[in-house]
Amino acid sequence: MENIEKRNQVWAFIVTGILILISLLYYKVNVYYMYLIVYIWFGFAYGMMLQYGRFCMASASRDLFAAGVPRMAVGILIALIFFSLVGVVLSITNMSTFHPGPLGFHELIGGVIFGIGMVLAGGCASGSLYKIGEGNGTSILSIIGIAFGQAIFVDIGGVFNKLMPQSWMDKAEATRWIPADKMTAWFDHYLAGYVFHQPQILLSETKAIKSLAGEGNIRYFIGDSLINTIIPAAIVLLLIYYFYTRKGFIKKRRKKKGSTGFSDELAGIWNIITASQRTTFMGVLIGITAGIHILAMKGMQLRFGVNNFGQLLTRMGHGVDVSITGKVFDPGYWYITTQEAQFAGWIMEKLGWNVRDNVFFGVMNGLPELWRNPALWMSIGIIFGAMVMALLKKEFKFKLPKGELIIWGLGGGLLMGVGARVALGCNIGAFFIRVAGGDPGGWLFGMGMVLGGYAGVKFFNWWTERKMAKEMEAF
Amino acid sequence: MAMKFEKTGEGKYMLDVCGYVCPHPQIYCKKSLEKMEEGDVLEVIFDNPSSGETIIQMCDQAGHEILEKKEEGGKLIYMIEKG
Repeated sequence: MENIEKRNQVWAFIVTGILILISLLYYKVNVYYMYLIVYIWFGFAYGMMLQYGRFCMASASRDLFAAGVPRMAVGILIALIFFSLVGVVLSITNMSTFHPGPLGFHELIGGVIFGIGMVLAGGCASGSLYKIGEGNGTSILSIIGIAFGQAIFVDIGGVFNKLMPQSWMDKAEATRWIPADKMTAWFDHYLAGYVFHQPQILLSETKAIKSLAGEGNIRYFIGDSLINTIIPAAIVLLLIYYFYTRKGFIKKRRKKKGSTGFSDELAGIWNIITASQRTTFMGVLIGITAGIHILAMKGMQLRFGVNNFGQLLTRMGHGVDVSITGKVFDPGYWYITTQEAQFAGWIMEKLGWNVRDNVFFGVMNGLPELWRNPALWMSIGIIFGAMVMALLKKEFKFKLPKGELIIWGLGGGLLMGVGARVALGCNIGAFFIRVAGGDPGGWLFGMGMVLGGYAGVKFFNWWTERKMAKEMEAF
Repeated sequence: MAMKFEKTGEGKYMLDVCGYVCPHPQIYCKKSLEKMEEGDVLEVIFDNPSSGETIIQMCDQAGHEILEKKEEGGKLIYMIEKG
């Protein structure tokens, strides 16, 4: 047993050492790669925290609906609150890289598809990454599904273009800033004909909030944090308490004390917050780290006088990596999925598929070589960080995906990929970051994700019952 | 790979979900407990650490008692008495 512990520790040091070496090499090649190194180490920190807190958004709705366990849902709400508070400070100091996304019905639909996918796959986008770090082979399939699901989804055209409403097609064709040779896929028409015309709302910048809180800095707290994050999160927390844990908790208290009052209700709410201390603690830490990550990326941008890593790639002579707008995907904060799409797109291009003839790769995100892709390094950092934590906790075990798990992993991953593109983000980019940033559209995705999660749980309940009935035939 | 749910004695059951990842271990565990009588004991064997946290909280909320938690060769074994 001691040998295993020692071996795990050695491996944890080796993995960390490799990342340090990679970071030093990048720095030696060009100081601009500091930008990329920051992504690596924030990814590493996320990975460690996600693994330690078992922080997977799939389990937020899944475990709540399937097992009545609210720990993850509570953890996310806590993380949202802390992240939004750090976000307020960043907005006040003009150090935020957050930008709201288009608000529309597509968020809800994308959320539903994503929610079903994450339950089937057994992990959300970030959850699947940290589980790869635990040695979970099914999660590798989920990420492959997410990657190729997106890359293919954004590049298919032909007959799929005919499925678009004529009004979207007309609007897309009338978009002058997108060259015609980049408007080939159905997704291009969806973006240019529908998504780009949806309003982008940042609560602190709305007339309503400005008239309520004035033009001063307090509006960031009132609008983005209090109204968009803290109050809705508190309402969801109360609903979870009321519908899932109150009955059992009050029953226990009544048995012990004879009668219960308001203080017992407060104790019940506190109980669901502290029931899984490691999840809640990580919720706090992840929320704060996500905020500091934004600060660090803004610092890098100011340091090098850019607002996108694509500009640095061009300065370094790697113009081929960037899109026609001179950019690569560089969210400036915690984000998953687009970099996985780039990973798949890179492979497809090497196999001869022209993936740059569309808006997603050709105009918006570029297609950098894998080793120069900043956000992809964040994903790799997550895997490595989770691996180190799993090794230190003796929880690393390589498990090859077998049987039905292959179908669930790949199928769930593909659905997550499709959902993420429809909504322009995953559980992190379309929900977590947007909600805490003050964009109400994030809640639409979140609602869709919960609905999809519910449908996924219903399906798995039916599937499990069926399998267990077979197993129980013997007695 | 197959899930195993067996009766191992009077009031004793064994659920082996090794190789399974989230959400299967916790769902199978919940379904198994639903099929058992109060006071019966379930031995759950799994190797997906992420499921452990959920199983612990699920038992706490449902009133089941975890009699023993151990780790053997990368496998986690929980003995749960249905409450």
